[in-house]
Amino acid sequence: MTPVASESLVQSVDWLTIAPPTLTAVVALVVLVADLFVPEGRKQLLGWTAVGGLAAALVLLVPLRDGNRSTFCLTADTQVTACSYTADHFTLVIQLLVLGGALLTALLSLTETREKLPAGEFWFLLLSSAAGAALLPASRDLATLVVALEVASLPAFALVGLKRGDRMSGEAALKFFLSSVTATAVTLLGVSFVYAATGTLHLTEIAQRLDDVPGQLQTLAEAGVALTLVGFAFKTAAVPFHFWVPDTYVGAPLPVAAYLSVVGKAVGFTGLILVTVVAFPSYADVWGPALAVLAALTMTAGNVAALRQLSTRAWSAVRLLAWSSVAQAGYLLVPIAAAAYSSDDQIGATVAYALMYAVVNLGAFAVVALVARSHPRNRIEDYRGLYAASPAAALALAFFLLNLAGLPPGIIGLFAKVTVFSSAVDAGLGWLAVIMAVNVVIALYYYLRWTALLFRTPEGAAGKVRHRTPVPITLAIVLTAAAGAVLSGYPQFALRFATDSLF
Amino acid sequence: MIDISESVMQFLLALIVVGPLLGAAAALLPAPPGLRGKSPDQAVLRHGVTVTGVILLAAIVLALGFDHDQPSRMQATTDISWIHALDVRIHLGVDGISLPLLVLTALLTFLCALYSYFKMPAGPSPKGFVALLLVLESGTLATFAVLDLVLFFLAFEMVLIPMYFLIARWGGEGRQAAAWKFILYTLLGSVVMLLGLLLIGVKAGTFDMVALATDNGRGLTTSVQVIAVLAIGIGLAVKTPMWPLHSWLPDAHTAAPTVGSVLLAGVLLKMGTYGFVRILLPITPDGMRVFAPYLAAFAVAGIIYGSLACLALARPGNKGDLKRLIAYSSVGHMGFVLLGIATMTPTGVNGALFANVAHGLVTGLLFFLVGAIKDRYGTADLDTLAGATGAALYGRAPRLGALLAFAAVASLGLPGLAGFWGEMLALFGAFEPAEGLSRPAFLTFTAIGAFGTLLTAAYLLLVVRRVCMGGPRPVGETPIADVQGYEFAAWTPLVALTVLAGLWPAVLLGLTDPAVQQLLAGGTR
Repeated sequence: MTPVASESLVQSVDWLTIAPPTLTAVVALVVLVADLFVPEGRKQLLGWTAVGGLAAALVLLVPLRDGNRSTFCLTADTQVTACSYTADHFTLVIQLLVLGGALLTALLSLTETREKLPAGEFWFLLLSSAAGAALLPASRDLATLVVALEVASLPAFALVGLKRGDRMSGEAALKFFLSSVTATAVTLLGVSFVYAATGTLHLTEIAQRLDDVPGQLQTLAEAGVALTLVGFAFKTAAVPFHFWVPDTYVGAPLPVAAYLSVVGKAVGFTGLILVTVVAFPSYADVWGPALAVLAALTMTAGNVAALRQLSTRAWSAVRLLAWSSVAQAGYLLVPIAAAAYSSDDQIGATVAYALMYAVVNLGAFAVVALVARSHPRNRIEDYRGLYAASPAAALALAFFLLNLAGLPPGIIGLFAKVTVFSSAVDAGLGWLAVIMAVNVVIALYYYLRWTALLFRTPEGAAGKVRHRTPVPITLAIVLTAAAGAVLSGYPQFALRFATDSLF
Repeated sequence: MIDISESVMQFLLALIVVGPLLGAAAALLPAPPGLRGKSPDQAVLRHGVTVTGVILLAAIVLALGFDHDQPSRMQATTDISWIHALDVRIHLGVDGISLPLLVLTALLTFLCALYSYFKMPAGPSPKGFVALLLVLESGTLATFAVLDLVLFFLAFEMVLIPMYFLIARWGGEGRQAAAWKFILYTLLGSVVMLLGLLLIGVKAGTFDMVALATDNGRGLTTSVQVIAVLAIGIGLAVKTPMWPLHSWLPDAHTAAPTVGSVLLAGVLLKMGTYGFVRILLPITPDGMRVFAPYLAAFAVAGIIYGSLACLALARPGNKGDLKRLIAYSSVGHMGFVLLGIATMTPTGVNGALFANVAHGLVTGLLFFLVGAIKDRYGTADLDTLAGATGAALYGRAPRLGALLAFAAVASLGLPGLAGFWGEMLALFGAFEPAEGLSRPAFLTFTAIGAFGTLLTAAYLLLVVRRVCMGGPRPVGETPIADVQGYEFAAWTPLVALTVLAGLWPAVLLGLTDPAVQQLLAGGTR
């Protein structure tokens, strides 16, 4: 071993590159420790610290915007160049989505933590999960990927079960935990198979070595590829790994449900993109059709279940959003499946769609959180006449729902759908595009039914007690509505990712 | 006719598309001081009249400034990049095909706003009504003005939500179900259409309609064209509506408020046929040639089906609703338009475009009149209206009766009125279809279509006899009001234009013919 090589055994860490997830994790620890010293009356301080930390992490994305940094690379003597952490454009967009989503969740949680949830634990868990979710898109080896996946998921189980003394919350957490752990175990098995077949954990290396796997290991490699996908499909809540969703969303505190629907989903599809497109491109003929079928099943099952929600059932609003998020996951999978069939870069369509979905879904959850304050049972029926009571909130919710449906005035929702359709057509997946078209119509029915209800005359004009609107929730609604409006006027902001090569 | 600089023309066209949207946003805000009027409701209705009036004025000035010597050239064009990622451009322009439809839309919307100012349909506050009306106007005008496929789809979708709410909130009996049927049907059609549009865009590498039309399908293989025509055709056929995809229309018309019906028949249906002419004929001619005979067959089936349905509704004892009857007559009339398009000849397509405009004028007028009758009698049920001998409108409200008879004979295609030329030209085109289309088949269609005109005359005359004529009325019956001042104001322009278009068809054909020639030839100037 030459002296030069022994020097380079010590990796130099580019701290700025890893700053966004690191800062989030550090703030999480700070909040946990500070919880011990902050007097009961000033626990809100912790919440604002968390919000500030997430905002700072978002700001730290700005110096990285060139998208050409990476760190934790293999040292020179190993003859291969592969890095474990890469901050390319893909990473940055997903980190923007994840951290932004966590920030909005934090805004929604500020009032909940004051009233119902234990502040210190809540903020620690939320920030840890966000740190894991922000690390995930940057990971470029399977070990980091699985670690990030677990860092993102484990705190989420606790978050779901955080409603003290609520039986449903505990049950939801257990359901979520058991099914998630099973999926992770399967993923780990898959990862070990892939490692055994290729002898490396770095995604780009796997991509090269999978091409010439020795004949007797072929089956092992294929099984490994399939099993690895299962864990991420679970996180995305793709059918048939979706059964935990409605109960978990209903049982969890509302902001946590919002968090799971956006950030949890982002974790899933980011992992799927990394393993499929980056690590296993040579097995496209295996995962391409599988993902296409999965996408079709997911959107259909989600939409049909959402359609069957009775508007008078308790928590039907959250249940509807839960099923609709399953359906939306189906749309997110379409471009990933298309990537298997087409040489063009299709992943951008998923990213653009996810950005739109994150904004409007968090917006919808924010309005739901607002209404939940005066109607704790949160039935869809409770939204009747919302326009008469608070016009701004009703208009915002109508805008968000029509975006999810993909109809004007929700222009960004429409164009995000157009991008996804376009990737399917481009890849020659005509049948999938037709199934998606039918699903769009089914989805319109329940979104529009809810929207129409907002503008009905309220039943029984009894003078309701006016609830004070908390500032953080208003801020969250205003932020998401403004983002949705800007994107509708200038969709290029989100859709530019659909054409640029992100990796 | 008058010389207006290109930049002013550009501004006018942009104003026509964007103006109503701004107006809709303004309608939701509280009225500024000085414009409050007598009450908030009156102020917002007046706002609607003002905005649609300004748009109509802009459309008329645009029509005057339009270079009538070159109607085949796209004029007042704006072309700015909007969404680079999807290669979507804000590309606006008018030629001889879109100009009449733009003016018709602006006119009908203005008349509807004027009519509602005096006769607001029963329902919630007029604020939402005016805002939705204006969004609807913007969507339809945009459909006729845009020259980008994705933008066309966006405009096509824009009218869905306003129309849904207009029917569901201000409609009559059965409005919820009718509104759902309308929106789900049309949306299913238009998503399928989107797939076809994307297929064209992906395969040809551009969404620009002018570039694609100039290309005339040379950049697309026949199989791509066939799939694209099938997908886009279904979307447009639902909107038009083509038999057998029409079943949403009668319900929607019956339930919609008067102005909703007028706009639905007068303007929204034209979006479908316009799409056929603007997109399918020039961009995918090979695919269109494959489907033209089937389209023509469905079209004549629609003509016969619509007429027979109307005849059944008009018969005594069948409890026929007048609005539903006119809705079915629209299916028949749009059948003629589709037949004209399916011939793929300049004659046929010109006839289709003429029939389009004529149908907008005449059926718009008919729905206004039936709405007025329904307001007076409280029902549009033909049997209740007619009683034993007939409603005797000639005796009770002579002017209303005369107008109804006028509209009915215009609708059945009396020579000298607007309805005649379009249907005649469509049949004439079908007599000698484009090269490559089976002449015997089209001769059969011509014969069936001609028979359809007879059936049309039969049911319309039956309606006139049962509504306008009748025995002496019993003594002591409550008198009904004849045509009011505001009704005259709203209807006179339609009557005048029906006569004008009937007596001087060149004013329309002179605009459309050169543009159609160019579209069919594929951009050879």
